[in-house]
Amino acid sequence: MTVDVSYSTDEMMSVAAARRLHGGSRCFVGIGLPSTAANLARATHAPDLVLVYESGTLGAKPGRLPLSIGDGVLADTADSVVTVPEIFNYWLQPGRIDVGFLGAAQIDRFANINTTVVGRYHKPTVRLPGAGGAPEIAASCGEVVVVVRQSPRTFVERVDFVTSIGYGAGPGDRERLGLRGAGPTAVITELGVLQPDLDSRELVLTHLHPGVTVKQAQAATGWPLAVAADLQRSDPPTEHELVVLRRLQASQAEEAE
Amino acid sequence: MAEIVSLSEAVRQLVRDGDTVALEGFTHLIPVAAGQEIIRQGRLDLTLVRMTPDIVYDQLIGAGCARKLVFSWGGNPGVGSLHRFRDAVEHAWPRPLAIEEHSHAGMANRYVAGASGLPFAVLRGYRGTDLVEHTATIREITCPFTGEVLAAVPAINPDVTIVHAQQADHDGNVQMWGITGVQNEAVLAARSSLVTVEEVVERLEPRPGAVVLPSWSITNVAVVPGGAHPSYAHGYSDRDNAYYRHWDAISRDRAEFGRWLDGIRSGHATTAGV
Repeated sequence: MTVDVSYSTDEMMSVAAARRLHGGSRCFVGIGLPSTAANLARATHAPDLVLVYESGTLGAKPGRLPLSIGDGVLADTADSVVTVPEIFNYWLQPGRIDVGFLGAAQIDRFANINTTVVGRYHKPTVRLPGAGGAPEIAASCGEVVVVVRQSPRTFVERVDFVTSIGYGAGPGDRERLGLRGAGPTAVITELGVLQPDLDSRELVLTHLHPGVTVKQAQAATGWPLAVAADLQRSDPPTEHELVVLRRLQASQAEEAE
Repeated sequence: MAEIVSLSEAVRQLVRDGDTVALEGFTHLIPVAAGQEIIRQGRLDLTLVRMTPDIVYDQLIGAGCARKLVFSWGGNPGVGSLHRFRDAVEHAWPRPLAIEEHSHAGMANRYVAGASGLPFAVLRGYRGTDLVEHTATIREITCPFTGEVLAAVPAINPDVTIVHAQQADHDGNVQMWGITGVQNEAVLAARSSLVTVEEVVERLEPRPGAVVLPSWSITNVAVVPGGAHPSYAHGYSDRDNAYYRHWDAISRDRAEFGRWLDGIRSGHATTAGV
């Protein structure tokens, strides 16, 4: 069988996000893009990655992508299924989870995440779903990785509403608030990777995916995006990564019918 | 002891205008049929409590049954927006909807406090988020032992909690399994409760990870096979993912939703009628 090794920007994003996850780490997974990437990691280079979903499924090993965080395939394949109070109180809160994998509707230069409203809270232009598990995932996981498509509407100077805190208004804010996790360490998009500068905590461009220019990444960002001195180029998806990703997505589409 | 009655009788007995009502079920075992019976009986001014409003509350909100929503994530899982919820918040249609918004961790702990007979719960949460500014039921509390500043959230004690489960026995003991979410806490936090079940069996077989609610902890049981559709009942039915997408089309348009609502009120249509 020949594989089409040309790939979409979304495929590159999922592959780049998956590569951030390492075997043996325990990952709290949000649905959508984060779930795609986490399952891709488990099906390729990180078979012993522990997937945790907020529905209470610890160590889920789905053979296809789940359609929701409460998909039956998660319960069927989990090491243990616990209640919702238990997943948050006993597993997330004490710091048992290494990586929180989140999406975002808006994200700002200090990696604060908004999934609540666009516009003012009491008179929103767009009412978004809200917090879900994200505020405590962002606070208590060892680190946070965000997977989100990049545009000036999404990458804003300041989020309209801080649903889940990144670095607040800058250096020292997480420490002042007593947050235990390190906060966002990478934001993966279809264009590249942004990471917080160690001093300013501002997100800067550290990786560009193949074929993408700095100018494109800056045009897709709502603040003047700084570029890391050692800007790197992501490796393109391997044939194996593409085959597995497409198999996962095909199985999800089939299930959705 | 729980009384086994019909769904319409149970809702008539337990749900009053102005009540605080929790219909729980975390993606799995959502008591959708009971929600539709509340619509059919025309209940008004309800305070609806639920972590994930889902289709079941989109229907109740669009039907104008709710005055207020207490929640933590209001989307159509895997699809997108809950359009009736958004229309109520963004345009006050069909009536204004007050909201009280939390995180999942906060809501789960509010139920735990309610079930425990405590006035509030403590958690390490909400720090640095704008929810603190907009939600009066999030406060700070200082640990008397360590001095750590933590979040405090008040107990939820619904007038009635409704959940769906796989099985009851003839005595009204109930068993549910698979993803059991926050249902145990939501039932024990409530002043009265209704459990709709897939079936009544002679004997509840012990199952790993199951939640068993003794008959004396429940007010009413009603047999409603398929009562969780379009969500699912582990071991009985699969999630109807196509219906979640179909609901997007029904709920997006007020007139289309109105036709769906006419069907529910006349008692001829259910979610299964796709």
